[in-house]
This record gives sequence, C-alpha cells and structure tokens, in this order.
Amino acid sequence: MDFLTIIQLLDSTVRLATPLLLACLAGLFSERAGIFDIGLEGKMLMAAFFSAAVAAVTGNVWLGLLAGIGSSLLLAALHGVASITFRGNQLISGVAINFLAAGMTVLIAQDWFQQGGRTPSLIGGGRFTPFDLPFAGSVSGVPVLGPIYSELLSGHSILVYIAFLAVPATWWVLFRTRFGLRLRAVGENPAAVDTAGVSVVGLRYAAVLICGLLCGIAGAYLATALQAGFVKDMTAGRGFIALAALIFAKWRPWHAMGACLLFGLLQAIALRFQNIELGGITIPVQAMDALPYVLTVVILAGFVGKAIPPRAGGEPYVKER
Amino acid sequence: MDKMPKWADVVLIPLISLILAAILSALVILGIGEDPVAAVKLMVEGALGSTYGWGYTLYYATNFMFTGLAVAIAAHAGLFNIGGEGQAMLGGLGVALVCLLIPWPHWTLALVFAALGAGIFGAAWAAIPAYLQAKRGSHIVITTIMFNFIAAAVLNYVLVNLLRPVGSMDPATERFPESVHLPSLHELLAPIGIEFSKSAPANVSLLVAVGACLFVWLLIWRTPLGYEIRSLGKSEPGARYAGISSVRTIMIAMLISGALAGMMAINNVMGEAERLVLNATEGAGFIGIAVALMGRNHPFGVFLAAILFGFLYQGGAELALWTSIPRELIVVIQALVILFTGALDNMVRMPLEKIFLAVRKGQN
Repeated sequence: MDFLTIIQLLDSTVRLATPLLLACLAGLFSERAGIFDIGLEGKMLMAAFFSAAVAAVTGNVWLGLLAGIGSSLLLAALHGVASITFRGNQLISGVAINFLAAGMTVLIAQDWFQQGGRTPSLIGGGRFTPFDLPFAGSVSGVPVLGPIYSELLSGHSILVYIAFLAVPATWWVLFRTRFGLRLRAVGENPAAVDTAGVSVVGLRYAAVLICGLLCGIAGAYLATALQAGFVKDMTAGRGFIALAALIFAKWRPWHAMGACLLFGLLQAIALRFQNIELGGITIPVQAMDALPYVLTVVILAGFVGKAIPPRAGGEPYVKER
Repeated sequence: MDKMPKWADVVLIPLISLILAAILSALVILGIGEDPVAAVKLMVEGALGSTYGWGYTLYYATNFMFTGLAVAIAAHAGLFNIGGEGQAMLGGLGVALVCLLIPWPHWTLALVFAALGAGIFGAAWAAIPAYLQAKRGSHIVITTIMFNFIAAAVLNYVLVNLLRPVGSMDPATERFPESVHLPSLHELLAPIGIEFSKSAPANVSLLVAVGACLFVWLLIWRTPLGYEIRSLGKSEPGARYAGISSVRTIMIAMLISGALAGMMAINNVMGEAERLVLNATEGAGFIGIAVALMGRNHPFGVFLAAILFGFLYQGGAELALWTSIPRELIVVIQALVILFTGALDNMVRMPLEKIFLAVRKGQN
C-alpha cells in the first residue's frame, strides 16, 4: 500500500466517521443524563430526509440543515415525553422512533417527490461543498506533510469540522461547566440532584434535546454532504454503530472520537477492499462489517476493561413523596 | 388494592392504545392525500375478503406468533430480547442445513428435525447475550442488537461463500428437495372438502405456531419453571430470596426465546421460499416486539395480535398494489402501536386510573 492510498483511506475514514461521531456525542449527552437512546438511528434518518427534501425544494442547504435539525428535535421531544414525562420504557420508545422514521420518511418522500421513496439528487447550493483550509492549494506540493494537510485535513464539508470541534466542546460542557456537572449527576443519582433543588425533568429534557440537535446535524451530513440526496434507509445501521462506539468509549467524549475513527476506518476498508489478504489468510468483507459489533460485545462482556453505564440509565425518575 | 379492575388492564388499555394508533394512522393517510375509509376497505377486502387474502394473512401471522412469543417469554423474565431478527436469521440457516444435508423420506420427519434445527440455531444465537447478561451483567438489549448485525454478516458470508450453488450469482441456497415440501393450507383442507387458495403461502407451520402458543401458556402458568421465570421478572432480589437461581433462569428463558424466534424459519424458509435467501426474515423479528406489547405478553394475546399484524401486512401489500400508498405505511402503524402500547402506556393508564378511582369513591 503506497502513501497516497493510505492518505485516501484515512480521508474516507474521516468522512465516514463524521456521522458516527455526531450521533455518538448525541447519545453521550442523553445517556449521561440517564436516558437510554436506541433511537439515534431514527432521528438521523428523519433528519437526513428533511434536510435533503428542503434542500432539494429550496436549493439552499442551510435551510435543509435547519429542517433536518427541526425534525430530529421533534422526535427527540417525543422520546422525552414518553420517557421523562410519562416515565415509559426508554428502550421501547427508541424502537418506536426508529420504525416511525423508517416508515414516515419513505411515505412523505413518495408523496412529495414520487421517486420511490427518495429525494431528487441535490445539485449546486443544495449540497455542502468542500471547505478548503487556508493555503491548502499552495502547500500540496510539499512532500508528506503537503498531501496530509491538503488532502486529509482540508477539503471536507464544514459539518466535518463542526463534528470534530464538537468533541472538545462536549468535553468542556460536561466536565467544566455547572450544567455538565448537574447533567452527569442526574444520570448517576437523580434523587441527589432533586434534593439540591435542581429540576431533574428540566435537565433530562435539555440532554434529550441536545441529543436531537446533534443527531439532526448527523443526518443532514449524510444526505447533503456525504451523499447527494436521501434514499430509503440510508442510515444503514449507523445509529447502532454510534451506540456501539459510545459503549466502546465508555461514555467519554475523547474516547468517543477514537472509537468513531476506528469504526470509520473499518467502514472505509470494507468499502475500498472487498476481501483482504493477510499472510495467506483471506479476511472476508463481512468480517469487517461485523467487527464493530463484535468489539462492542467483547467490551460489554468486560473481559477487556468493563464498560459501566451511568448508574441511573434507563430508570424513570419518580419524585419521592 | 388494585387501582383498576383486571379487565380494564387487559382489554381497555390496549384497545384505547390501538384506537389512538388507528386515529393517527388515518391522519397520516389523510396527510398524503388518500382516503382512510377507502384504504381500510381495501385492506379488509385484500386481507380477509378471499381465501387467498386469508392465506397471506395467516402466513404472516405464523411468523409473528413465533417472534411475538419469543419477545413475550423473555419479557416475563424481565428481559427485553430485541434480537429476534438475528435469531430468526440463524434459525433459517438451521432449517436450510437440515433440509439440504439430509435426504428426508417424508415431510413430517423433515418438519420435526427442521424445527429442531431452527430452534437449536436460534437458541445458540441467544445463548451468548444470555450468558453475558446472566454472568457479566452486560445489558441484553445492546448485546442482542449487536448480535442482529453480526447475524446479518454471518448469513451474508455463508450464503455468498459457502451455500451458494456453483454458477449462481444469487446469494441464496439451492431449492430444497421436493420431499421436504410442507403442505399448504390448500393441500391440508382439500381432503376435507374445504376450498382454499392454491397460491397462498400459509402452511402446516401455522399449526406448529398455535401449538407453540399453547406450549408457552402451559410453561409460563402451569410449571415450576414458568413460576421461576415470572418471579425473576417481577423482582430479582425476591426471586433470589426464594432460592431461584437468576443465572439459570435467565439462560433458560433466553434459550427458549431464541428457539421460538428461530423456529419462525420453518414457516418462511421451509414453508414459503423453500430455500434460504438473504433477508428472509423481512423484519418479522422486530414486529414480534409490537405483537408482544399489543398482546400483553400473554400467549392468547400474542395469537390475536399476530393475526392483527398479519392482516396489516397483507392489507398493506394490497394498498401498495392498488393505490399510491407505499408499503411503509405498515411500518408507521407498527411504530405507532409500539409507541402507544409500550412507551406511552402511562399516558393512557394514568387518566384511566384516576377515572376508576373517582368512580369507586362515588360508589362508597
């Protein structure tokens, strides 16, 4: 494998890791506040459709992004109502949201565009275009560092940079602000937060809505930057890979970035090479597909560093009387 | 004292949830510019108006009975088995191996062993998440989700690289031999003089599914093991105090659950397709969640809910055929049913409880 192939492989790793990272951070906010969310997939899918649909109709990708975030927030609010206000089962609510998104996106797409559940291909201003970092053109001739800067780091859509900046931002919010301290506390011991006179319900809603916001950006990225338009079930399990990455990262932001980059790399390898020859043994492409899930099960099993979720995760909070 | 009479909990709440889901579905149909009344008429006619329609409705219902029971029995043990899809996929592999590798003299013998193979493969796929839950405390919801994806990759590999006949491009096994052909309802009913559509896929597995409902009812409410499973689901410390091993009970409940999900394959793989294809399960594992929720985890409820969803599936296919409403409408209805009967249960329950309490106070 020569240097340029590696650069290209890493470049596509960054692209593929971006939606995973956004969804993973989304799940991190929600689950740190004690709300399990297996509906990341559904929220991304909904956002992917509405961002592509609005971008296709208006020709403005920013309006598309807003529409995507709006639709994802709506599903997040539904998750909040079911699991916070009505203290329902958070897992079942997540399952319902995934199906709701899978069905509604195709239904509305068919009604609006009559193209078999897809949106028209996005052109021109309907897509996020590559965003060049300063001097990317002029330094590309420099050996080794030139291609790394101009190919690997520069030339992604703006949402990629937002996703990677969201990592330190998440870390700062969770571990350096009062809001973050309370948010983590509400996921570990909501009764203590309640005793301190802080609203458990308010904090959990805030977390669920931040989750909706980030899932919205992830979905919009899929449909308007990574690809040009929405197709049926285009998230293809990314919401669950993000969930896997979250467990792999043990609910920590920097580790989440590492896990998402690793899973992004696996996707990039599976996309580029069909079967890989390694010292006479052929690794089938399906093994690459399954690897993120296998790794997550191994981590969950606790044989290599146990993953312990936030203590109050999945438990609806009932105020004592 | 209970806040509500039992009939309200068993009948009234699911009914109200179902009506809410139906109202919202009607609004969705209105929203895409179609007539909900005409749609319902078309669905009823298409799914229940002929023996052909019934044949499809019952075929789907057979799948959903197996996966619904699988979710229900795990739920009695307090476990949410979301991995029915993967277990059913592996069950399909078990059926295919039994049917292809052994020359069966008669379908009855083949059915027994295919069901066994499907059950063993399904149970094996549930065994690892069950063990990790029981012994290591890994959350079974997450592990079973992961195992669904791993199952899809495994099946893809097996079909593309191992079981695909030479020269075929299609990732599927070869057709099962004629000797393992399961009699369809047409073939079963013809000797006793009942006309049933020839081309509908409903087959003898329907009887196996009904038998499985009975078996689960007996197991849960009439055996010591069922008592242990229910105790564990109600309260783990309580069960432990009563001398019930949680590890053993979790393992057994999940193995039965996985076996039931796997046994769905005798219907869709052996009964209908007569070969194993990619995505043979078509999401039936997930519909089991809706069926179990709707049926309140009771085998009889699961039986009724499975027929309801069978009707929705066949009706939805007819809608997609004759109108511009895509099949995905069923996915939306399914989502709404899960939402109202599962996640938003308290939304219906809380006001109802208040009404019943008020009525009771008025009587005293």
